[in-house]
Amino acid sequence: MVSGTSWMRNREGLGVWEHRGKVAIVGWGQSHMDRRWDGVSLDRSCGGLTKEACLKAIADAGLSLDDIDGLITSRETRAEQTWAPRPYFDPPYDTEDGLTYASAEWIQRQLGLKNVKYLKSDAPYIGPMMGLAAQAVGDGLCETALVWYPMVNLEGRYGHNNPQNINQEAPGNTAFSLPWGYQNGAMFNNLVVFLQYCQKYGKSHDGLAPLCLNLRRNGLMTPWGYYALHEPYQLTREDYLNGRVIEEPLVIYDCDRPVNTCAAFIFTTAERARDLRQKPVYVLNHAQNNGRGRSTMATLEEHQEAVASLARKMWEGSGLGPDDVDIFNPYDGYLTFTQQFLEGFQWHGVKLGEAHDFYADDIRVEGPHPFLSSGGNNGTGRNRAVLYADSIEQLRGTAGPRQVTGRAETALAGCNTPDSCGFLMMSNHPS
Amino acid sequence: MSTIPGLQRPAPVSNELTKPFWDACNERRLVLQNCASCDRLLYPPAPRCDKCGSADNLEWKEVQGKGHIDVYMVIRDSRIRGFRSAQPINFAVITLDEDPGINFLSNLPGTPPGEVPVGAPVELIFEETSNGQLVHEWQVVT
Repeated sequence: MVSGTSWMRNREGLGVWEHRGKVAIVGWGQSHMDRRWDGVSLDRSCGGLTKEACLKAIADAGLSLDDIDGLITSRETRAEQTWAPRPYFDPPYDTEDGLTYASAEWIQRQLGLKNVKYLKSDAPYIGPMMGLAAQAVGDGLCETALVWYPMVNLEGRYGHNNPQNINQEAPGNTAFSLPWGYQNGAMFNNLVVFLQYCQKYGKSHDGLAPLCLNLRRNGLMTPWGYYALHEPYQLTREDYLNGRVIEEPLVIYDCDRPVNTCAAFIFTTAERARDLRQKPVYVLNHAQNNGRGRSTMATLEEHQEAVASLARKMWEGSGLGPDDVDIFNPYDGYLTFTQQFLEGFQWHGVKLGEAHDFYADDIRVEGPHPFLSSGGNNGTGRNRAVLYADSIEQLRGTAGPRQVTGRAETALAGCNTPDSCGFLMMSNHPS
Repeated sequence: MSTIPGLQRPAPVSNELTKPFWDACNERRLVLQNCASCDRLLYPPAPRCDKCGSADNLEWKEVQGKGHIDVYMVIRDSRIRGFRSAQPINFAVITLDEDPGINFLSNLPGTPPGEVPVGAPVELIFEETSNGQLVHEWQVVT
């Protein structure tokens, strides 16, 4: 049953996933994407964008509103910037629900969904949420689930209005980090891990440049992405190396850019998927990590073991191995993440310490190693859903200029960080 | 206050679990939890041992306060208000000599920003925070 964390496949030894190949993704919809919500345009509020994405996903699947019997979403929309008391609007935009998040209940009302029997508004962020959705359908909690993930970006500098950063006190676990300037979120610890990586393997920050440039290239071939829509130009290596420093050695181009958008997906049973408009993308397994390091800062070795364990869980549950994965879309929210995933899953044979050499090889979608064909979040803005959307499009063969020229029968996607994440194995074939 | 000009560290707030740790800091002692059955140090404090899972064998143990600098970076644009007037400022990870699996954060008072000798030995000191609570810090051994 999908409650608490009992549904998670976060331990080794669970065997083949009991619903392997019995659940499929049959629809996807992406809303418009802006840098920020202007605070006025209701069709570009979180609720407005969520409605747009959901209706597109339902249409993409060839379903009607009455076919939807499950609603799943997350409140992890990253609307960190607070500007309350904010002006509210006429119903249904008279509360935060609809403006800075869109609950299952809100969407049920706004779309007039009559046959919903399973609602979940408190799913985790998209990585584990996609696994939760697959599990819910597999477990029979619903037959056809509408699943959406908004990312909300309001006015203000990212994180600067977070109450924790203004507080003169450091309560709870922050007492052991905040007094030394540790900033909550994924950046600091993962930067420490990156520095340890460079130290251990003799690498440096400029080794990320080829990945950054290729992500922007792929992103410019993603027509709904932020850069294709709003800043349609390629970066140069000099741009990257001279980028504004965020936290040494990370520069602005290592950080996915917060955007305002929503994506939606339709999960259903493999049986129901047979007659629908789109070629089914079967789910072969989902797996999660939700650990932390032993001490204040998780270490490189702990992250490496975390991803190695994640990979073992994924291989065990899906019945596939590293050589079977065609499309690989791990999270790149900080560009330093992806080398951990690449080396841990050993995609295309990449071993520990080899990621930067791999990036310097041919990772274009036309080439032999089309890593992160999505363009990731550095190439499309921080929407996170692109990792799944591209995987689906690649398996369908509808990725347009981003379509890889090699085999595209299986795809592995997930986010967020090496030690805390959820991944999904997808395939054109149920077994 | 901190010996680093402009720095206003947020003050740790103790709770039932962490009070012995912070009280010891105010006595200029660094004490860590130790699982007696695993002979394993824990830091930050935790309700149970991360190895055996037991809460029954945890005791407080004073450690020597010797460590080494693992990695560092320089904070130049902190989101934390108390750090903005102290920028640029070092942010280092210190491993404990008695158990390098235990690590601490440090701003390395006395070491100019960006001039951090990675791998160098450090020793324990204490610095005052905004409400007078002492916190453990580390400085390069000269």
